[in-house]
Amino acid sequence: MSLITSTSPHATVKNNTGAFMRQVIYATLPGLAVLTWQFGWGSVINVLWAVIVALVSEALFLKARGRNIAFYLKDYSAVVTAVLLGLALPPTAPWWLTLIGVSFAIIVAKQLYGGLGMNPFNPAMVGYVLLLISFPVAMTQWLAPGEPLSFVQSWQLFTGQLPVDGLSGATPLDTFRTAHSAGAASEGELASHSILHGQFAGLGWEWVNLAFLLGGLYLISRKIITWHIPVGFLAGLGLPALLAWLIDPVRFADPLFQLFSGGAMLGAFFIATDPVSAATSRMGRLIYALLIGLLIWVIRTFGGYPDAVAFSVLLLNLSAPFIDYYTQPRTYGHKSSKRGVS
Amino acid sequence: MSQPQSSKPRKPLSVFARLASGIRRPAKIHDFHGGIHPPEMKHLSNGTPIVPGPLPQQLVLPLNMHIGAPAKPLVAPGDKVLKGQMIAEPIGAVSAAIHAPTSGTVSAIGPRPIQHPSGMDAVCIVIDTDGEDQWVEHQGIADYTDKSPAELVDLIRHAGIAGMGGAGFPTSIKVNLGDHQRVEQLLINAVECEPYITADDRLMRERAEQIVTGIHILQYLLNPRRTLIGIEDNKPEAISAIKRACKGCDIEVRVVPTKYPSGGEKQLIQLLTGKEVASGQLPAQVGVVCQNVGTAYAIKRAVCDGEPLVSRVTTLTGDGVSQPGNYEVLLGTPVRDLLAHGNLAGLDIGRLVMGGPMMGFTLHNPGVPVVKTTNCIIAASPEELPEPPPEQPCIRCGSCAEVCPANLLPQQLYWHAKNDDLEKAQHHNLMDCIECGACAYVCPSHIPLVQYYRYAKGEVRQQAADQVKADKARQRFEARQARIEQEQAEKEARRQARLEANRKKKEAGPAAASTVDVAALKQASLDASKAYKAAVKAAKTAEAEGADNLAELKAEADRLKALADKAKAAVRDAKDGAPVAAAPAEDTVAKLKKQVGDASSAYKAAVKAAKAAEAEGADNVAELKAQADTLKASADALKAELREAKANAPAATAPVAQTDPVAELKKQVGDASSAYKSAVKAAKQAEEEGADNAAELRAEADKLKAAADQLKMELRDAKANAPAAPPPSAPAPTTIEQPDPVAALKKQVGDASMAYKAAVKAAKQADEEGADNATDLHSKAGELKAIADQLKAELRDAKAAAPPTPKAAPAATATTDSPAVPEEQAPQSLAEVDPEQAAKRQKRLKGLKTAYNMAHKQYKEAHAAYERAERNETASADELQAMQVKIDKLKAKADNARDALDALVEEAKADIRAHTGKDLKTLKLEAARAESALADKQQELEQQRSSASEDTLEALSSELQALESETQIARKALKQAVEEQGLAE
Repeated sequence: MSLITSTSPHATVKNNTGAFMRQVIYATLPGLAVLTWQFGWGSVINVLWAVIVALVSEALFLKARGRNIAFYLKDYSAVVTAVLLGLALPPTAPWWLTLIGVSFAIIVAKQLYGGLGMNPFNPAMVGYVLLLISFPVAMTQWLAPGEPLSFVQSWQLFTGQLPVDGLSGATPLDTFRTAHSAGAASEGELASHSILHGQFAGLGWEWVNLAFLLGGLYLISRKIITWHIPVGFLAGLGLPALLAWLIDPVRFADPLFQLFSGGAMLGAFFIATDPVSAATSRMGRLIYALLIGLLIWVIRTFGGYPDAVAFSVLLLNLSAPFIDYYTQPRTYGHKSSKRGVS
Repeated sequence: MSQPQSSKPRKPLSVFARLASGIRRPAKIHDFHGGIHPPEMKHLSNGTPIVPGPLPQQLVLPLNMHIGAPAKPLVAPGDKVLKGQMIAEPIGAVSAAIHAPTSGTVSAIGPRPIQHPSGMDAVCIVIDTDGEDQWVEHQGIADYTDKSPAELVDLIRHAGIAGMGGAGFPTSIKVNLGDHQRVEQLLINAVECEPYITADDRLMRERAEQIVTGIHILQYLLNPRRTLIGIEDNKPEAISAIKRACKGCDIEVRVVPTKYPSGGEKQLIQLLTGKEVASGQLPAQVGVVCQNVGTAYAIKRAVCDGEPLVSRVTTLTGDGVSQPGNYEVLLGTPVRDLLAHGNLAGLDIGRLVMGGPMMGFTLHNPGVPVVKTTNCIIAASPEELPEPPPEQPCIRCGSCAEVCPANLLPQQLYWHAKNDDLEKAQHHNLMDCIECGACAYVCPSHIPLVQYYRYAKGEVRQQAADQVKADKARQRFEARQARIEQEQAEKEARRQARLEANRKKKEAGPAAASTVDVAALKQASLDASKAYKAAVKAAKTAEAEGADNLAELKAEADRLKALADKAKAAVRDAKDGAPVAAAPAEDTVAKLKKQVGDASSAYKAAVKAAKAAEAEGADNVAELKAQADTLKASADALKAELREAKANAPAATAPVAQTDPVAELKKQVGDASSAYKSAVKAAKQAEEEGADNAAELRAEADKLKAAADQLKMELRDAKANAPAAPPPSAPAPTTIEQPDPVAALKKQVGDASMAYKAAVKAAKQADEEGADNATDLHSKAGELKAIADQLKAELRDAKAAAPPTPKAAPAATATTDSPAVPEEQAPQSLAEVDPEQAAKRQKRLKGLKTAYNMAHKQYKEAHAAYERAERNETASADELQAMQVKIDKLKAKADNARDALDALVEEAKADIRAHTGKDLKTLKLEAARAESALADKQQELEQQRSSASEDTLEALSSELQALESETQIARKALKQAVEEQGLAE
C-alpha cells in the first residue's frame, strides 16, 4: 500500500483562507444594501466594477510573477480589497476613479510587496488615500441620503454621462466640520442642518453604519475576527468623543454621531481588522485599534478632512510592528513577556 | 494568566473530613490558554472491551522503545526465550529493560524499521514465536510495603516500564526523585485528549482497581501530599469506574473539560494545580510528578504480579479497519499483524498513523512494531485523513495564537523559522513549543506550522551542539598552543643552557676534541664515499671496455659502499652523541648483522663470479677466487664480531680475521707474567736494599701475580671456547662499550688494506699470467691503496684525538637533552675529570700531534732525498753525510714529538682509566688490532719489496712505522691498564 507520509497534525480544519475571505464579503452585504437604499445603485456598480478591476489586476500580476493564477485568485483576498474600496468610494464615483484606486491598491500596495500576507499597508486604504489626495473633489461628492438615484442615473454617473455637480450633497461629518470651520458654531446653527439629526446620529448614515455593525458582529460570531480591533477602534473613537462632548456639546459632536457617521463601522469591523497589516497579539491589536479610533477623532475634530479612517489605519499600519514588539504575550512557563526583537 | 494555587500545608484528613472538605470547597479546575476541539472520533473504538491482540509469528523489539540509552541485548540469535524473560538490560541511568513478550527463539538481532517519523531502521531483537506463550517463572510481591522504595524502583527499572502516554521516559527515574525533592502533587494523567484514542478509557473502565493499586504503589514511592487523577469529561464511564475504585482512599478524581491538549503534561499540571512549569524545567521542580494511567497499571502488574512490561493496550481505529477497538498487544507485534487482526475493511488506507492524529506520526512501513509508547494505530482512509491541502500564504489571521496552549505567537515563529531567523524565533520562545499541532490544525492557510517549528528547533539544537563542539575544539586548540609554547620555551631554555655550558666549556677548552672527532669522521665518510664512487666509476669503465672482472669490480664497489655507509653512520652517531650511548649493544648488533649480511652477500657474489669465470675459462679466475676469499675473511670477521656483540661483551668490535683472542690473551699473560717477574725482582732488590717500600712492592707483585693467574685462567677458558666466549674476567660491563669511531675506522682501514692487498695480489697474478686486465687491476689497486691510506691517515688522526673523547663526549652530551646518556656516568665523568686539565691536555695533544706529523714528514722527505741521492749517486759522500745527519736530527725530533705525544696520550688514557676503570678490553683490542695491522703491513712490505715501485715501498714503510708506533702505544697502554687493573683488583 502506498501510504501518505506527512508530519503531525494529521487532522486540520476544513475551512481555508478563501472561506475566511468570503465570510468577510458576505458580512459587507447589509452595508451595501443600506448604501443602495440611501444613495442608489452607485455603490453596487462601483463594487462590481472594482471586483472586476481587482481580479484582472491581480491575475496580470500573478502571471507576471509566475504564480498559479487560479490558486491565488481563489483566496478571494483581491475581491475583499475591491469590495471594501468600492464601499468606501462615494456612489458618484466615475469608472476611472475606481479603476485607478483599485488597480493601484492591488498592484502597488499588494502585489509589489509580494502578494497576500506580505503587504504592510491595507491595500484598500492605500487606494483610497491615493484617490482622496489626487482627486479630492470627486472623492467628496456624496449624495443626499434618503434620496437614492435610479439605476440609470447611477450608471450615467458611473460612465460620466451625467454631471455630478447638481446631485451631490455634503455628508453629516462634512456638514459638521464646515459649520465649525469659521470658529465655533452656535447651537441654533447646528440645529438648522437637518442632515445632522437622524434618529440617533447623522441622517441616513446612521443606518449605513448600523448595517456594517451588524455585518461585523456576524464576523465576530463566525470567529473570522476577534472583538479586540472593533472594540478598541470604537472605544478609541467613542471615549474621547464622549469626554469632549461632555465638556462642550456644541463644539464637539456627540459620541453616537461620531460612531455612526462616515466610515466608522466599516473601518472598525472591516478595514482595521485586516489581519495582514494589523498588529498580531491580542493586546497589540487592542492598542492598535484604540490608536486608530483616537486618530480618527483627532483628525475629524481638529484636522483638515471630514473623515479619517484611511489615514488613521495607514498610520497605525506603520506602527503595527512597533506595537508588536511591545505586546508579546507571556508564554507559558515564563515569568514575564518579552519585549523587542531578540 | 492563572495564579498558582496557594498550596496550604494539609494535615492528613480522615475520609469523612476529606469528603466534607470536598463538599465545602469543590475542586477548582484551572484553565490554560488556547486549545482546540477537533472531532473526537472516540466512538469508533470505545464501545467494545479490550481483547487480546494477535500472537504474530515474529516479534520485533527495538532496543530503544524508550527515551534514553538503548538497552543492551542479553540474548544471541538462536537462544530460546520464555515470555517475560529479560532479553535486554538497561544501560546507564536513563534506560529500560526489554523482555520477551512471548516464548520463542531469537532469530536475529539487527536493524529493522522502527517507530520513528523518519522511517529509519534501528537495532531490534527479532523473536520467532513458538505459539506456546510460556511464561518464565515469575513471582509477584504480595505486599509491596515490605519492600523498600529503592527495591521497588529497581524492580520497575528491570520490569522495563517507561512512560506509556507517548514519551516513553523510563519510569524508574520519575519515581526516584531522592529525598531532597518533596512531591506536592502526584498527577495521574487519564485525560487522553487526542481524538480517536480510547486505550486509557477502556483500561479505566475495565481495570480501575488495578490502576488504583498501581497509583498506591506510586504514592508509596513518591509520598506526595496529594494525588489527583485528571480525566476528561467525555469519558463518563471511566470517571465513574475510577471514582468507585478510589472510594475510601486519598486519591482525588478531577474531571477536566474536553479540550485538546489537556493531556499535555504541562497543561494538565496547569489544569489541576494552577502551577506553571518554568520554561526549561521539569515538573518535579514545582513539586509535581505526572504519571500516565497506563503506567500505573503497568507498575501494578510488575510489582504485584511479577509480570514485566510485555504488552500494552493499543487502540486500533480508523476507517481502514472493520473491527476498531482496543487490543492488548504484545510489544513487538508488527502493525501489519495488528491490522490483519483488526480486519482491514478493504478500503484503501491513505495514512497509517502511530499515535493520535494530532501528535502521532505516519508510518512508511506496516512492518514497524508496536512498542511501549504505542497507544494508538489509526488506519485512515484518504477521505478520513486526506492529503494536506496546498499551503497558502499566511494572512496573520492569528487563529494559531488563539489556540496555542503555550501562549506563543505561532505566526511570528513561522515567519522567523521560515526565514531561518533562529535568533528571533528563539526570542519568541520557539523552544517552549510543545508541538501539539493546535496551530496547524486551525490554520486556514494549511501551513504545516509544526514542521517549521521542528525544523527550527532542530537547527537551534544543531547550532547549540556545534557551538559546544566548537568550544571544545577551541579549548583543545588553545591547550595545544599553550603546550607547544611551553615546549618551545623549555626547548629554548635548554638551548640557552646548552649554549651557556658550551660557552663555558669553550672557555675551558675541552669541546675541541669532540669537534675534531666529528670532523675526522666526516672526512672519513667523505673519503669512503669517494672511494665508492671511484670504484663504481672503475666498474663502469670496465663495463664499457668489456672487462672480464666486471662482477668483481661491482662487488668491490658494493663493499666500498657499505664502508661508506658505515662511515656515514659513524659520523651520525658521533654527531648525535646520544645513539652512541643509547642501547649501543642492540645498535651494534643490528649494525653488525647488517654488515655481516652485506659481507656474506658480497662474498657469495664474489664466489659466484669466480665460478662463472671458471666455467668460462676466464683468465682472472684465481684473482676472483682470491677476492672471494678476502670477502669471506671479512665476512667471518664480521660474524665473529657479531657473535661477540651478541654475547653482550663489553667490546662491540672484534679483532679482524687474523686477530686471535687467544693469542691476545697469551700475549697478555706473557705481559702479566713478565710484569710480575719484574715486580718480584724489584721487590727482592728493594728488600736487599732495605728499602721502605719493599712490602708495597711485594704486595704489588702479588697483585700482578694474581692478575697474571687470572689472565692464565682466562686464556684457558678462551682456548676452551674460543673465539666466541668473552673472557670471563673482563671488567664487568657496567657501561657497555661505545662503538668507538676509532675502532670503526680501524675496521675500515683493515678492510681497505685487505681489499688493497687482494687487488695487488690479483694484479700480480694477472701480470704473471699476462692477463688483459692487469693494467686495470693495477689502477684499481692503486685506488684502493689511496683509500686505505686515506683511511689510515684518518685513523691516526682519530686515534690521536680519541683517547680524550670517552670522557669528553659524555661531558659534552651531558648538557644536551639526550635522555640516552646514562645518568650515573655523565655527572661522574663531569665530576671526576677536571675539565680545565682535560682541555689543556687536549691542546697540548693537538700541538704535539702537529709537531710530530711535521717532523715525521720532514724526516721522511729527507730520507727519501737521501735515498734518491744515494741511488742516483748525484750527491757526494759529504753531502750524503750531511743529509744523514739531518735525517737523524729530524728523526730524533720526530721521535721526541712522538714520545711526547705518546706520553700525553698515555697520560690521558690513564686519566680516563683512573676515572672510568673500564678501558682494559678496549685497550686489549686496540693493541691486538694494532699488532695485526702491523703484521699485515710487514707482510705486505715483504711481498711488495720485490715488485712494487719505490714510492709504494716508501709509503708502505712509513705506514709500517706509524703502525709500529701505534702498536707500541697500544701495548704500553694495555700493559699499564693491566697493571692498573691488577692494582684495582
